[in-house]
Amino acid sequence: MAIGIVGAAYISAAILFILALGGLSGQESAKRAVWYGIVGMALAVLATIFGSEVVLSTFGWTLLAVMLAIGSVAGWYVAGRVKMTEMPQLVAALHSFVGLAAVFIGFNAELELGRIHALMAAGTPEAADALNALAGFAKVLAHKTAVEVNILKVEVFLGVFIGAVTFTGSVIAFGKLAGKVDGKAKKLPGGHYLNAAAAIGSLVLLVLFFNGAGIWSLALMTLLAFFIGYHLIMGIGGADMPVVVSMLNSYSGWAAAAIGFTLSNDLLIVTGALVGSSGAILSYIMCRAMNRSFISVILGGFGNVAGPAMEIAGEMVAIDAEGVAAALNDADSVIIIPGYGMAVAQAQQSVSELTRKLRAKGKTVRFAIHPVAGRLPGHMNVLLAEAKVPYDIVLEMDEINEDFPSTDVAIVIGSNDIVNPAAQEDPGSPIAGMPVLECWKAKQVFVSKRGQGTGYSGIENPLFYKENTRMFYGDAKKSLDLLMPMID
Amino acid sequence: MKIGAPKEIFEGEDRVAMTPDSAVLLQKLGHECMIEAGAGAAAGFSDATYEAVGVKVVKTAAALAKAADVLVKVRPPVDAEIKRLHQGQTLISFFYPAQNKDLLEAANAQGATVVAMDMVPRISRAQKMDALSSMANIAGYRAVIEAANNFGRFFTGQVTAAGKVPPAKILIVGAGVAGLAATGTSVSLGAIVHAFDVRPEVAEQIESMGANFVYLDFAEAQDGAATGGYAAPSSPEFREAQLAKFRELAPEMDIVITTALIPGRPAPKLWTEDMVAMMKPGSVIVDLAAERGGNCDLTVPDQKIVSANGVTVVGYTDFPSRMATQASTLYANNIRHMLTDLTPKKDGEIFHNMEDDVIRGATVTHAGAITFPPPPPKIAAIAAQKPKEKARELTVVEKRANEVALFRKQTRNQVGLLAVGTGLMLLVGAFAPASFMGHLIVFALAVFVGFSVIWNVSHSLHTPLMAVTNAISSIIILGALLQVGSGSWLVVTLAAISILIASINIFGGFLVTRRMLAMFQKS
Repeated sequence: MAIGIVGAAYISAAILFILALGGLSGQESAKRAVWYGIVGMALAVLATIFGSEVVLSTFGWTLLAVMLAIGSVAGWYVAGRVKMTEMPQLVAALHSFVGLAAVFIGFNAELELGRIHALMAAGTPEAADALNALAGFAKVLAHKTAVEVNILKVEVFLGVFIGAVTFTGSVIAFGKLAGKVDGKAKKLPGGHYLNAAAAIGSLVLLVLFFNGAGIWSLALMTLLAFFIGYHLIMGIGGADMPVVVSMLNSYSGWAAAAIGFTLSNDLLIVTGALVGSSGAILSYIMCRAMNRSFISVILGGFGNVAGPAMEIAGEMVAIDAEGVAAALNDADSVIIIPGYGMAVAQAQQSVSELTRKLRAKGKTVRFAIHPVAGRLPGHMNVLLAEAKVPYDIVLEMDEINEDFPSTDVAIVIGSNDIVNPAAQEDPGSPIAGMPVLECWKAKQVFVSKRGQGTGYSGIENPLFYKENTRMFYGDAKKSLDLLMPMID
Repeated sequence: MKIGAPKEIFEGEDRVAMTPDSAVLLQKLGHECMIEAGAGAAAGFSDATYEAVGVKVVKTAAALAKAADVLVKVRPPVDAEIKRLHQGQTLISFFYPAQNKDLLEAANAQGATVVAMDMVPRISRAQKMDALSSMANIAGYRAVIEAANNFGRFFTGQVTAAGKVPPAKILIVGAGVAGLAATGTSVSLGAIVHAFDVRPEVAEQIESMGANFVYLDFAEAQDGAATGGYAAPSSPEFREAQLAKFRELAPEMDIVITTALIPGRPAPKLWTEDMVAMMKPGSVIVDLAAERGGNCDLTVPDQKIVSANGVTVVGYTDFPSRMATQASTLYANNIRHMLTDLTPKKDGEIFHNMEDDVIRGATVTHAGAITFPPPPPKIAAIAAQKPKEKARELTVVEKRANEVALFRKQTRNQVGLLAVGTGLMLLVGAFAPASFMGHLIVFALAVFVGFSVIWNVSHSLHTPLMAVTNAISSIIILGALLQVGSGSWLVVTLAAISILIASINIFGGFLVTRRMLAMFQKS
């Protein structure tokens, strides 16, 4: 295939990717947008494989085909089997693949460079023949000038560094989200100084590598970057995972862009930059929703507590299913506030069923979704959509917050920090100033919760002690199933 | 002790201070009960029903007054009744000591103890004997019934085959007990009810009854808590603002029920002649303050008149008496509770404890001395209202200034970032070869496109966005594809692994996104 055709295919792919991202502005256009992404990816891969730059032996073709086949089957299988509640883990796990691939490709670039330099240095006729016989990426490398090679080294270094951080970071994020690693923020003694030391070490290695120290410096830096990724994400609490996942998403994009520079491949650069910037914006949007600076999230945990937490007066009053059912039967307007607890209990189907029943009786039922509800952005929307809750009754915090005072019943299902009035009332609270759903303004609030413990952030929630709040203890799904027959 | 209830001699008064039911309970306290013949007849209690529960029926009022140790009455006593009082006797009735100074002195001269039911302090403990409230409740209800009786239309709006009926619009002035009772009754009859009061803290009560509070924007607001829950006289400016509001409402209102009273003063004139003139013919005004002069200029106490423009003004003063059975039952209970407090040992002996806030407050003459006015009660009736803080509205100028400041700040930030960015680019450009700069241009533009595209992504689609960007980021497979043809085994192996994991990502990422999006559906 001519080089021009490949270029055209790349341009089309780039445009299709932009359309794929832009199409996500609405639910209906999003369905089309995914196809743009799929077609773009197919175009790019096919154009590359059949383009002039990939020259393969029979063995090479077989290897390529086998790898693609295994990868596609595995990807298909995993994505088809995963439960919607496990989506955050899956996305995190997939990020780690991109990171690892970036590391490998970066190393390959360095290995190839070393091989070509060795051939050039040999100066024998065999070596000259071998140089002429080079194809693909190696051929590109062979024609680079000294300055370009230097720049290439920096690019390789950056690509590997970002890729390595993404890899271990994503693995830890996956572990935390899947519950395989403790969700609490944990740091080794030394805290961020360790990270800083590792980063400075990497910088020193970059200088050494740049001056021809050889592949060992690249390898050592990779280990340091692995450590940074691990330690950085270990130090971030579970409640901040949505930001972490989208940040890692951003990293994987930057890694791809850096590799794109290495390979002089514009499509890689464009796509990497798109993904990188979109991930960064997403993280920013989420941090703003939590009223926290990006830095403080990345630096982990709830850094600076301003003062002692406010004393909470009153006590938690429990209520049984009959009480909740009676209140729901009397209510005209109901707002449901789902949180991570709903996802954990797999209660979205029950919530949907309850919604259907209440709506059939002519009651207004709406959902209030906090921007950081759940463990990744839009988590609740996805779960509710899976359970066939119509998306036009699912509203954002800003859209619904002022409706609480005119609401009869607010049901909090497995959310905690996002309905914590301390954010507004207690300037000493670690979450002071974070926008929250003001459900306590409703006439009655029911909180479906497993026990009396605190939420992911470990902060007491004064909502549970309010006079109009009743605690509906138990697993969210079981509680709702118990409630269902009593709604009539 | 012997407790006697004489027949009310005030004309048109049908109530009685003792009912057969309350007599039973009084006897349980150890008292002996008697009643003047025919005292309860007008309220629907015959002498026979009294006799049946052991109440002695006495022929004349004089005989009753002579025999009884405690006289219970509804209306304040007239001179003849005062004269019959004797040393050590106790009279329990409405008395209005502030307006009836002569009566008070006369009663004191007779050596009697007088307990004025209208002087019971408004504290929680004394609510059971608060006859003003129990009577006002009846008056409020009855006022609506009287209004309905004189009003030629439905209260509730209806759409019928024979035409549309508009709902009646009612204004209730003064949201005390009577006003709130009237509000509740009118609302339940289906009218659109507006209620006004000088005490802003009752707005919540009015709204809780289902009516609209007529809000008067005036800085000087009254705190009813300071005056024991009653209204106090307002300043001339406030009065003017209030009247202006009423003039605004007058033409719309079908029924006006005024209940404004200030303790110990004539009723304030709130519904002036010109307001009546503004009202539609057929409208009704019920003035519950008629006994104290009336809130309406046209009110004639005890009469129903029709104004020149056909507005009926009801000035009856005997609303509770018009529901004599109900009113007597409640009033007799109030009296019974008062006597329960006066008989602490339940042994039929009256112990007049002047240390008790309620008894002290209600007693106006005792042991040969006038004990009116009482000292202020030890317990405040209602907790003082906390002044509500209002968020200061920004003026237009301030808003504008804020906007300008914000705009300047944004401009500064953007220009600063652009300058730094340009500087960096120049620095890079000074050293990097042209091929690199070409890629850098592509990179920078792509970052910009990414930024601007993502801002529009809807919040609920953030998860699919993440999944799709994840899938797209596996474009890194291109790098591996380019390297897999290498001559080095190590490179081929690493590239092959990269292809494997990147392809997992491609298929996994897109499939998951599709699954997620397929679930979004409209209702």
